[in-house]
Amino acid sequence: MYVAVKGGEQAIDNAHRLMEEERRGPPETPELSLDQVMGQLGGAVDRVMTEGSLYDRDLAALAIKQAQGDLVEAIFLLRAYRTTLPRLAVSQPLDSSRMAIRRRISSAFKDLPGGQLLGPTYDYTHRLLDFALAAEGTPRAAHSAAEPVADVMPRVADLLGQEGLLESNPPECGSEPGDLTRQPLDFPAGRDVRLQNLARGDEGFLLALAYSSQRGYGHSHPFAGEIRLGEVAVVIDPEELGFPIEIGDITVTECQMINQFLGSKDQPPQFTRGYGLAFGAAERKAMAMALVDRGLRAPELGEETGSPIQDEEFVLAHSDNVEASGFVQHLKLPHYVDFQSELEMIRRLRSVREENQ
Amino acid sequence: MTGLTGYNFAYLDEQTKRMIRRSILKAVAIPGYQAPFGSREMPLPYGWGTGGIQVTASIIGADDCLKVIDQGADDTTNAVSIRRFFARTAGIRTTTRTRDATIIQTRHRIPETPLRAGQILVYQVPIPEPLRWLEPRDSETRKMHALSDYGVMHVKLYEDIARFGRISTSYDYPVLVDDRYLMRPSPIPKFDNPKMDRSPALQLFGAGREKRIYAVPPWTPVKSLDFDDFPFEPQSWDQCCSLCGSGVSFLDEVVIDDQGGRMFVCSDTDYCQDQRQEALT
Repeated sequence: MYVAVKGGEQAIDNAHRLMEEERRGPPETPELSLDQVMGQLGGAVDRVMTEGSLYDRDLAALAIKQAQGDLVEAIFLLRAYRTTLPRLAVSQPLDSSRMAIRRRISSAFKDLPGGQLLGPTYDYTHRLLDFALAAEGTPRAAHSAAEPVADVMPRVADLLGQEGLLESNPPECGSEPGDLTRQPLDFPAGRDVRLQNLARGDEGFLLALAYSSQRGYGHSHPFAGEIRLGEVAVVIDPEELGFPIEIGDITVTECQMINQFLGSKDQPPQFTRGYGLAFGAAERKAMAMALVDRGLRAPELGEETGSPIQDEEFVLAHSDNVEASGFVQHLKLPHYVDFQSELEMIRRLRSVREENQ
Repeated sequence: MTGLTGYNFAYLDEQTKRMIRRSILKAVAIPGYQAPFGSREMPLPYGWGTGGIQVTASIIGADDCLKVIDQGADDTTNAVSIRRFFARTAGIRTTTRTRDATIIQTRHRIPETPLRAGQILVYQVPIPEPLRWLEPRDSETRKMHALSDYGVMHVKLYEDIARFGRISTSYDYPVLVDDRYLMRPSPIPKFDNPKMDRSPALQLFGAGREKRIYAVPPWTPVKSLDFDDFPFEPQSWDQCCSLCGSGVSFLDEVVIDDQGGRMFVCSDTDYCQDQRQEALT
């Protein structure tokens, strides 16, 4: 005999305890420390900070540990914490030309003021599993350069801009940029909100969109004008103080994509921009973001549209992995009532069909 | 009464609650209109009731008594989880009895026990836009609402009749609120649609992921779309509830063996219990 389901509370409690045990893993292996996550899983920490929209390495490391390395789950944990924080100030725009550079490359120019700086990168490593690493070892020390890196490295986009070959950035409008975490997304979205959405957006989703444009779905003839990684100062200008102050440095990856543009009635042929920025070392994300940003500018530039990457509503409404993950997985929730309704409908339609035959 | 240490009463900070209340007021003032709001990330996943939770968190007070149901039942896992969330963050009283609740948060059902004036029913909404399957673009559907341009929905229903001899929508059945806005009642079965019409209770709808709030104020007319020659028809069953014998409630079908055996029981567990209690006395 069927008994109405009871005891959900106890089942939930037990399920969570079981989860905690699974997370800890075999008790005879040492527990993972947050320092280890921060120090040795930097790529994961950077992604969680970027898409979690919160620059805090300790909290990101905690989220990664708590989520057993499931990064989308970790991003969700960080986001849910972030919403409880007060917003104390809005910083001035980051000045990436004053970045303390760790890596800087341009694929558009062979050499340029400040030089190409390879820095820490997996590029050109041969992807051979390093079995020696499994045995834990000390890496070989990297050599320091004979002379220090230049203090100020002009951005490639600025060099091109001097000649008018590259569109100039739109003049500052003076109004405070939009904030998706405070105001719901509205279409058409301004570029400020669009870039915020992409910066928070899922790396995999942006990567696939960017890739699709390279294969012909909204091609934009891109060049990696410049990619730079390093530390930049965050500056705020509190009203009560009357002068700007630096509140700290953050590590960011910036990508300026430059794209061919043959001109329109109102504009001469020139290069146009796509912009990507991510916390930490996140080149793949920054590059994909820059390509998607440029793709979304197609209507504004009067280009042919119709590909997914050019469709603002499609891209912006589906880029957030916290939203996507929640909604896809909500199908796990009970749907007895809807299913019962459908069952009744299908039975009715079938009986009508049988009668008619 | 104590809430969770380190968090505000009912989790959300007062600024956020005020912002949400403003949207609720706007929604109540324009019945059926989807008011955008700055939905926050909640510690529960999007799609699992974050809209309903934010609405409840914004209106709940220390004296309220909360009931949470999912599929009509108080004991389904997500209902348990949401009820505990508020018990934990607001320290308020909770109940499973429809009559005792001042606020009822629901997913996919309206209780069988008639609601009374003063009660608030908070719906969790996955997709607030009734025209979404017909037009995926928000910029378009907003225009259609502004112009009351609902022809596509009537065409859809007409095509159903032409193909199947009946309207094939069985839940989330579109309604017209106060003769103005087309509204999605959230995925409740069409069986529940008539309960929305001129209900004495305030009905609030929260869609967290989609960042919309809408409302049906007390006593507002809510009409399920139909045609003169094909009037709206809610579901009915040949069976009665096997537990309480009710012949007027929404029934869930339960598989009891692998020989095709089925039994039918009330989806509303509180109502079913009440009926059985009454039979005993």
